[in-house]
Amino acid sequence: MELILAAEEPLPIIPLPAELILGVVAFAILLFVLWKFAVPRFEKLYEERTDAIEGGLKRAQETQEQADRLKKEYEDQLAGLRAEAARIRDDARAEGQQIKAELREEAEQEAARIKARGEEQVTAARDAAQRALRGEVGGLSVQLAERLLREQLADDSRRSATIDSFLGELDQQGVAQRTGAN
Amino acid sequence: MGTLVLAAEEFTPPGAGLFNFPPIFGDVTKPMVLAVLSLIIVVAVFTLGTRRMAIVPGKGQFLLESFYDIPRNTMARDQIGSEDFKRFIPLILGLFSFILVNNLFAIVPVIQFPTMSRIGFPLALAIFVYVFYHYAGFKKHGFAGYIKHAALPPGVPVFIAPLIIIIELLQKFLFQPLSLALRVFAAMFAGHLIIALAAVGAEFLLFAGGALTIPAPLVFVAGIGFTFLEALVQVIQAYVFALLAAVYIGAAISEDH
Repeated sequence: MELILAAEEPLPIIPLPAELILGVVAFAILLFVLWKFAVPRFEKLYEERTDAIEGGLKRAQETQEQADRLKKEYEDQLAGLRAEAARIRDDARAEGQQIKAELREEAEQEAARIKARGEEQVTAARDAAQRALRGEVGGLSVQLAERLLREQLADDSRRSATIDSFLGELDQQGVAQRTGAN
Repeated sequence: MGTLVLAAEEFTPPGAGLFNFPPIFGDVTKPMVLAVLSLIIVVAVFTLGTRRMAIVPGKGQFLLESFYDIPRNTMARDQIGSEDFKRFIPLILGLFSFILVNNLFAIVPVIQFPTMSRIGFPLALAIFVYVFYHYAGFKKHGFAGYIKHAALPPGVPVFIAPLIIIIELLQKFLFQPLSLALRVFAAMFAGHLIIALAAVGAEFLLFAGGALTIPAPLVFVAGIGFTFLEALVQVIQAYVFALLAAVYIGAAISEDH
């Protein structure tokens, strides 16, 4: 029974035309669908993904460049500000020194003026003393002459003593007067 | 049923008759229905699954992309080269997915039949590969150029060249495509036979009575083991078919050879 059945059945290695044709048609349809729809969708997506990643990298690079540019700008500004600050400090120092010099000069002038005035006063005082002395010397000379005339007859020796004492009095007076003037 | 009655007295292992089905309607048999079903499945997955694709993929899209990348990158791009591979992606992807689904039918409950164990189907696919890779070769090298390219590898000594030419031409134009179809056919045929044998054998032993009942569970477990092995073979065969198609195309349009 089995043998008879097997004889009736076609060998499995021989293709059935219907299956072969169906296989070709089915796979042709599948190929068409994949070629027309599926594969292009995948490939488009992959391209978009690559673009997105590369675009992202590009954007990041641009941002980085912008940041670098800003940083440089700020650094330049900062350097400028530092230089300006230094300049202001130098200016202030120079000004201060100038002021100091001016003040010193003024003080020296003031001192010189005060000294000059002092000297003038001294000179004026001396002149006044000299004038006063001159007047007094005249009077005193007259007094001495009177006393000499009065005592001429008495004694030669007393005469010389009288002159000495007179001169001693004058000395004492002159010392007292000079001390007072100074 | 007839076999079961027979089996009660004498065990008859399942044979080639296992692969013949009565027509369901008209001339349409179960393998033909399965082929169409697999076509619908693959088409549905790749059209509905790719309708809304995002640059940042979701879980489903990620899985689909991972699957797509196998024929695209590890087969087509690596074997054909990054310049030409894109126009062959539909073929390689179609072969891999179509054969994979049809092979897996063998272990899907209720379906339980590998379409590729009917030689007509793998032969149809091999015809596509045949047309594609020779067409690509002729287009690339011209008619005479391609024949020379296919027949004579460079560096062959003159005295064995005639022999090599005959072998190479037979290889390229007959054996390669034929073996492509036979490989998956034989693997699916044998795999289905083994699983059926385990199932029928276990059933026979179970109902045979006496001491024969004892090894029945062992045979049953072996059948499950073979099912897992077959799952592996089914994936490998689909992979090998598509990979070899890419290898043949790559060889046909290569410059150096």
